[in-house]
Amino acid sequence: MVRLFGPLVGLFFAVALLWSFGNGAYTAIKEPAAETAEHAFHLLPKDIKFASDGAFGKFDKAQLQRGFQVYKEVCSTCHSLKHVAFRDLAALGYSEAEVKAIAKQWGAKQPTFDVKSGERGERDNIASDHFPTVYYAGQGVPPDLSLITKARHDGGAYVASLLTGYQEQPAELLKKFPDAKTPDGLYYNPYFANLNLSMPAPIAGDGQVTYSDGTKATVDQMATDVSAFLIWTAEPKLDKRKQTGWAVLGFLLVATVLAYLAKKNIWADKH
Amino acid sequence: MSYTWAQEYKPGNGLTQWLDEKLPLPRFVFNAVGAGYPVPRNLNYMWNFGVLAGFCLVLQIVTGVILAMHYAANAGVAFDSVEHIMRDVNWGWMMRYAHANGASAFFVVVYLHIFRGFFYSSYKAPREMIWLLGVTIFLLMMATAFMGYVLPWGQMSFWGAKVITGLFGAIPLVGEPIQIWLLGGFAPDNAALNRFFSLHFLLPFVIAGVIILHIWALHIPGSSNPTGVEVKTESDTVPFHPYYTAKDGFGLGIFLLIYCAILFFAPNALGHPDNYIPANPLSTPAHIVPEWYFYPFYAILRAFTYDFFFIPAKLMGVLAMFGSILVWFFLPWLDTSPVRSGHYRPLFRKFFWFGLIPTMAVLFYCGGAPAAEPYVMISQLASIYYFAHFLIILPLVSSIEKPEPLPFSITEGVLGKDESAVLNAQPTAA
Repeated sequence: MVRLFGPLVGLFFAVALLWSFGNGAYTAIKEPAAETAEHAFHLLPKDIKFASDGAFGKFDKAQLQRGFQVYKEVCSTCHSLKHVAFRDLAALGYSEAEVKAIAKQWGAKQPTFDVKSGERGERDNIASDHFPTVYYAGQGVPPDLSLITKARHDGGAYVASLLTGYQEQPAELLKKFPDAKTPDGLYYNPYFANLNLSMPAPIAGDGQVTYSDGTKATVDQMATDVSAFLIWTAEPKLDKRKQTGWAVLGFLLVATVLAYLAKKNIWADKH
Repeated sequence: MSYTWAQEYKPGNGLTQWLDEKLPLPRFVFNAVGAGYPVPRNLNYMWNFGVLAGFCLVLQIVTGVILAMHYAANAGVAFDSVEHIMRDVNWGWMMRYAHANGASAFFVVVYLHIFRGFFYSSYKAPREMIWLLGVTIFLLMMATAFMGYVLPWGQMSFWGAKVITGLFGAIPLVGEPIQIWLLGGFAPDNAALNRFFSLHFLLPFVIAGVIILHIWALHIPGSSNPTGVEVKTESDTVPFHPYYTAKDGFGLGIFLLIYCAILFFAPNALGHPDNYIPANPLSTPAHIVPEWYFYPFYAILRAFTYDFFFIPAKLMGVLAMFGSILVWFFLPWLDTSPVRSGHYRPLFRKFFWFGLIPTMAVLFYCGGAPAAEPYVMISQLASIYYFAHFLIILPLVSSIEKPEPLPFSITEGVLGKDESAVLNAQPTAA
């Protein structure tokens, strides 16, 4: 039975697939898929290196603090960081008092609701609070940035490339794709998947932020610093993970060598 | 159920003797995976993957139970609860990465285990039942892994759930009601997330049950081996313990080195970035793809792009995708060659290495690629070969192939011809 029906079932699927293949090939020749502006002009992230890259990479705390400053002074106007708590900032090298001060002075406040009076209000942030939600009244919905570098391919380099990638729409693009003109209210950026996004260039020029550690605040420097900070917000346990990893691999290497020697010893009389 | 020369369990002291009389659990283990189970002496490293798959199941259950202590199966907070595990639960990041990459590791070892079976025809008599139970385990694994991927409630979780449950909608007449019944709604939402969590917790224990049957069925004929020649005498076998416990121990070390290297240094390499974006029913991702271990089957699903007579393309795709795995159930009866091992089957070997393996690689690649040309046309050709390989080529090869001469015995295969082994050969008491 199986040997009778098996080949028949196989032929059935094969013929149905050939039918799809033939139709697909015919369509591909008759009406080849038109190239799109996104396909022709989208760029992969620049090759940007971070201190946390690679198996031995660790966060550069000074850079994370600079990046946090850029986030605070530039990004936090529109973008929230809801998975991160103020207390987590201690990992960037801030003291307990500094963390408390940062929380207290944070611009957006924590909403409160008095269950007795039914009144809504606000209070200052404390260290155990997560970064408060940012309500944005403009065009588009600014995404929460807590996980942004893990939610994009090559996340850190992607964020830095996007921040420094704003430019005039190339004349060549408009010549080739006249319909692909960037709509009003959107901004051209070849590192964004569909080339136009509603966020205007957030880092407009050198010196937008004044770093307290004296680092020169070029556009590239600020973009890289804030990306490094966002790598940390997405994966705060990165240093501990790699540290643990080396200890685990070291242990496993010794254990595996011992297991190999034991195996060799036990099998010695059988080969 | 075992060879006459199998060692017998002897309780060492008063306590084990007492236990052996009341509940002979040590005896059971001794006979199952101890010195009481004689195994062919010539197993190569491809025979490590059964034990490794068992290890992966235990790993997944242990890490999964711990994750379930902190995870909340509610569409409103599921995503945040996963981030809570990653950030605020002690060692939570390690548990979650171990579990997510553990699923990948489980599929890697199970695929190697299955393809070992393909090459050495481990499915042939008298081991058909082991094979049937194995394919059943694989199907249960696929269901479990799919539902587990939905739990973080990211973009790929949501849209993956939508696409896969949408497959049931392709069934004529009753498809749509079935889809709604499965989801508990018109689209994946809290009801779906809750039942997926419940089933994701349940199914691994069902898998554990079927694995017990799988090993039970294995112990009736005993393990197969790379020559495909059955065990004839005691010199063909060694006790499982210490010989294969030692070999599996070394294999486990190598496996853990690779697994931990990924877990600690590239834990997101096998996942999709979109799953770090919370589920949003209003925003469809540009490319919806399943986890990497489903790519070949996803490629087959998407290969059907035109209606075939009265059968809609989508239904054909669904039939073919399920058919591509169900066909494995029939392998013992499709491959009729009396020779088991691919080492002694010249034609079969060519189709295996130059047909099936490249086809699987191509389907794997196309399954992860966007649903556009040329990937669709390539996966159509690869899918044709896939079905032809199992349903047409294997039966044909079995009947026209002239196998190479087999060694007389396993011992001869290992040590060369030995006259005394021939003289002492006796029928097995299997």
